Amino acid sequence: MYSKILTLRFPKTGVSKPTVCHLAKDYGLIFTILKATVLPRKEGIMVLEVSGPKKNFKNGITFLKEQGVLVQNASREVNRNAKKCIHCGACTAVCPTGALVVSHPELSIDFNIKKCSVCELCVPACPTRAMKVHPTSETFF
Amino acid sequence: MVTKVGKHKVNKTFQEINAKIRSGEVVVVTAEEIIGIVEKEGAVAAAKKVDVVTTGTFAPMCSSGAFINFGHSKPGIKASKVWLNNVPAYAGIAAVDCYIGATEPCEDDPLNKVWPGEFNYGGGHVIQDLVTGKKVSLKATAYGTSCYPSRLIEKKVRLNELQSATLCNPRNGYQNYNCAVNLTKKTIYTYMGTLKPKAGNANYCSAGELSPLINDPYYKTIGLGTRIFLGGAQGYVTWQGTQHNPSAARTDNGVPVRPSGTLWVMGDLKKMSPDWLVGMSYQGYGISLAVGLGIPIPILNEEMASYTAVSDSEIYTQIIDYGNDYPNGISKSLGQVSYAELKSGTIELDGKSVQTVPLSSMVKAREIAEILKTWIREGKFLLGEPQFTLPA
Ligand code: SF4
Ligand code: SF4
Repeated sequence: MYSKILTLRFPKTGVSKPTVCHLAKDYGLIFTILKATVLPRKEGIMVLEVSGPKKNFKNGITFLKEQGVLVQNASREVNRNAKKCIHCGACTAVCPTGALVVSHPELSIDFNIKKCSVCELCVPACPTRAMKVHPTSETFF
Repeated sequence: MVTKVGKHKVNKTFQEINAKIRSGEVVVVTAEEIIGIVEKEGAVAAAKKVDVVTTGTFAPMCSSGAFINFGHSKPGIKASKVWLNNVPAYAGIAAVDCYIGATEPCEDDPLNKVWPGEFNYGGGHVIQDLVTGKKVSLKATAYGTSCYPSRLIEKKVRLNELQSATLCNPRNGYQNYNCAVNLTKKTIYTYMGTLKPKAGNANYCSAGELSPLINDPYYKTIGLGTRIFLGGAQGYVTWQGTQHNPSAARTDNGVPVRPSGTLWVMGDLKKMSPDWLVGMSYQGYGISLAVGLGIPIPILNEEMASYTAVSDSEIYTQIIDYGNDYPNGISKSLGQVSYAELKSGTIELDGKSVQTVPLSSMVKAREIAEILKTWIREGKFLLGEPQFTLPA
């Protein structure tokens, strides 16, 4: 099973076509629409989570691209810039998952990316702007 | 210094300690290390053995800034308004002098219009950019005079090209500080960081047992001329800081239980480092500058040894509500807690356990105390004997 969050940008003409349905019908992929908007100039943007076997996934993406849809990886992660972090601890006030914690006894601030839910609360809360959102580095199409 | 022979068993002078620094015999330990030494050997033996105790703190210090002289251009200008990277600097001084304050936001900052604001760039960041060696754009406008006809200059400047740049912080190194909670029902954004509703977290901001003024609670060795670690270079205490309040209540060991003493410090910005002057953006509040500051405390006698041996469990502060009380000028204490409790990760408030959040970096405070120790041991740093000590 392969699962990714994707951003799809539809050209003006393609918005009304039920392109996305083909992912399920023809490629056996499961998808959940997380967000769908039609912009003022009539381009459509859709964020969806797509899951399925890797091969179907690739074929599905190829199909979308053939329809003129711009496909981008929407998966993001939050990283800490170790050079900027001064171990002040301000971020530990907002981190809901315990990914950022005070470590004892030295009182340094640990960041465990595995616990991070990418809620992004720490990004504006970190006074040195050491916490940043990045697209996940993994490429898959 | 008048040594009161007879009063103490150990009596050393600044000169004697400096002679030991020059000859390489000096014994220096940090304010964390002295605790165990005094505990084990007693204050008298510790005072005989140890000559200097180093302290450190690295935290946001809003009352910071730098006097900058950007040199005369041709034709000359009597600048009446100055901006550095679009951050206004105070120009109501002589022709090409200005003061860039740490908390000044950049001109087009949306501030708190979209609440809570991000405050991404301001005076603190300008100072950090300067010490990093980055080019900073300087703009000055003027009304023009016979002697200074220019009405506008715009140029890029680097720190090393400036005529002079002096860090001059009117209030740094607070001796103790509040522990902040928020008793309202909404998250608030303060200079003490984010405070979740209903006392969701308790934020504190002092290095405790490593903090400079906590280790010399009656300012017996600190005053005008005390040489210090400032922003990565050597700087000086030049006065008591603004709001210096020596009359705050104290525990038996002399340590105040509320914010009290403060320092006015100065140093040559050109010698400082971006590792120890860091621009800070406090969500919903504004801009500040984290300043690295460390003071060597001379162990002139056993009294100074016991002061410096103070540990987190004997240093207390007050829990203050920043939701309702503080904004309304009420300094009611919701309870007294020790730094040992604060640093443990949770405190008790009204029978409830509350997560504590540090804002002052202990990792960096320790590093400063260690650097200062090395400087003194290697003979690179001599103690500065104060002309007079701070009002006690
Ligand atoms: S708030 Fe930023 S600088 Fe402070 S400890 Fe967290 S990540 Fe580091
Ligand atoms: S993004 Fe959210 S969960 Fe991840 S470290 Fe930041 S505050 Fe914690």
